[in-house]
Amino acid sequence: MAVISRGFHGRARDKGHELPPGQYETTGFPVLSAGPTPVVSLDDWEFTVRTETGVRYSWNWQELMALPSETPTVDIHCVTKWSKFGTRWQGVSLDVLLADVESGAEYALVRSYGDYTTNLPLEDLLDGKAWVAYRFDDEELPAEHGGPARLLVPHLYFWKSAKWVSGIQLLDEEEQGFWETVGYHNYGDPWREQRYQGD
Amino acid sequence: MTTEPGFLDGNAAAGDLESLFGADMTTAAGQCQGCGLRMRLAEAHAYLGGPGTVLRCPGCEDVLLRMVRSPNHLWLDASGLDYLRLPAAAG
Amino acid sequence: MARAAVPGRLGARLRWLEARLTGRHDESDTARTLVFDVPGWPGHLPGQHVDVRLTAEDGYSTQRSYSIANASDGERVELTVERIDDGEVSPYLVDVLEVGDVIELRGPVGGWFVWRPDEQKEPVLLVAGGSGLVPLMAMIRTRRALGNRVPFRLVYSLRAPRSQLFVPDLRTADPGLDRTFLYSRSAPERWPRPPGRITANDLSAGGWPPDFEPACYVCGSTGFVETAAGLLVALGHDPRRIRTERFGPGG
Repeated sequence: MAVISRGFHGRARDKGHELPPGQYETTGFPVLSAGPTPVVSLDDWEFTVRTETGVRYSWNWQELMALPSETPTVDIHCVTKWSKFGTRWQGVSLDVLLADVESGAEYALVRSYGDYTTNLPLEDLLDGKAWVAYRFDDEELPAEHGGPARLLVPHLYFWKSAKWVSGIQLLDEEEQGFWETVGYHNYGDPWREQRYQGD
Repeated sequence: MTTEPGFLDGNAAAGDLESLFGADMTTAAGQCQGCGLRMRLAEAHAYLGGPGTVLRCPGCEDVLLRMVRSPNHLWLDASGLDYLRLPAAAG
Repeated sequence: MARAAVPGRLGARLRWLEARLTGRHDESDTARTLVFDVPGWPGHLPGQHVDVRLTAEDGYSTQRSYSIANASDGERVELTVERIDDGEVSPYLVDVLEVGDVIELRGPVGGWFVWRPDEQKEPVLLVAGGSGLVPLMAMIRTRRALGNRVPFRLVYSLRAPRSQLFVPDLRTADPGLDRTFLYSRSAPERWPRPPGRITANDLSAGGWPPDFEPACYVCGSTGFVETAAGLLVALGHDPRRIRTERFGPGG
């Protein structure tokens, strides 16, 4: 058993909100990276959806900016056990981006600039549950938090909200991403505490 | 203000690596599968504090090794290394 | 190599040990040295570090890696911790932890960034940036404790005089240890070198010529280490004789 460290509380935490099991509130916004921060110029930025049949849909930065955006305020839950309440974003709903995509796929593999990937069921990207977000707290999304744009899927653990998102591969069969291949859960529902494979 | 690169080196992952392998791994030699660079794991770039431990090649930044600790398992993917060479009978 | 799920029991070898704080003292305006008694401590080599684990009453737990500051001395372990104001662990260690309190340590770990006085006879160059001095100080103290005669040179880059660590210790006469202080922001009055970042000239004047084939140890922030190690290579030092350790702002 661990020894309790007298007087150690971690970062300030607020027990007033409802937290998923095993989570602790933080008021900061920790930066967690599995690799170097990619440098992506807006001139070269592109978001690509590839279907299971190989059809490709893409948007450059101007095209993304021209799409209707939303400003969700959401709670986010990191699998490293911090949660942050009431984060404010601006981005384009995946419902908008995927509206005209012809697909019968069940799964999605999200890709980022750099070599990051993460997987989730396609339906978790639809029905107002996911965005390509490019502003945070009324500012441009900083590179360390995934700018120019990141995926935002707040109902799942935050590793699914891929930073520096570059596209989505739609798949008939599930294909695991960067953390899922080394033990993290394929779905990652914080309320069911699905942290690891088998949870 | 300058932004510090977000990595440390393999020394900072020494405890986690030793708890997995049962031997000091910072002196272990490895070869990057991507670019062929040979190094000690102490010299790899380490990304810590996230869901797991990630070691990357100091030459090409390809992933060398990923390690995740769950309550019941330790997960290891060292597929980014052609080989790992440890001193025999070090302990 | 293939992926594998490895049973957790292999981890039993490196165990968490209870460490009781027996003393503490300020080292600078932001750093404090913590002295622990660690029953079962196996001893350590200079340059090795420990993982520190803290656990809150509600079960929240976190860990950090710190360099050991002292020469191996029975079950005594000294850590010199720089307070990172928005950090989670360092403010606790520096401000809250009191004599008699117990935390958990695991170690010693790391066998690469170490000086092995039994095997290494070549001259040693220590290049420290800020709190990167800590593991290098363990090497200086080990050399002194052993009466070792290997010549050491220390090049220590620090922000300002008040941020210096181990002031009394580095003032002590220590034959065979040459010391060069570089101030990056503000220097003492009439200091010959204007404040600024470390340069090739600093390492050439305060270090060893490359053909002496010194062992070079560089420790500091990631940016400092990249710079200093790059300068050493440019001066002609063999990269295989340069060992580096990067300190994080992890807090």
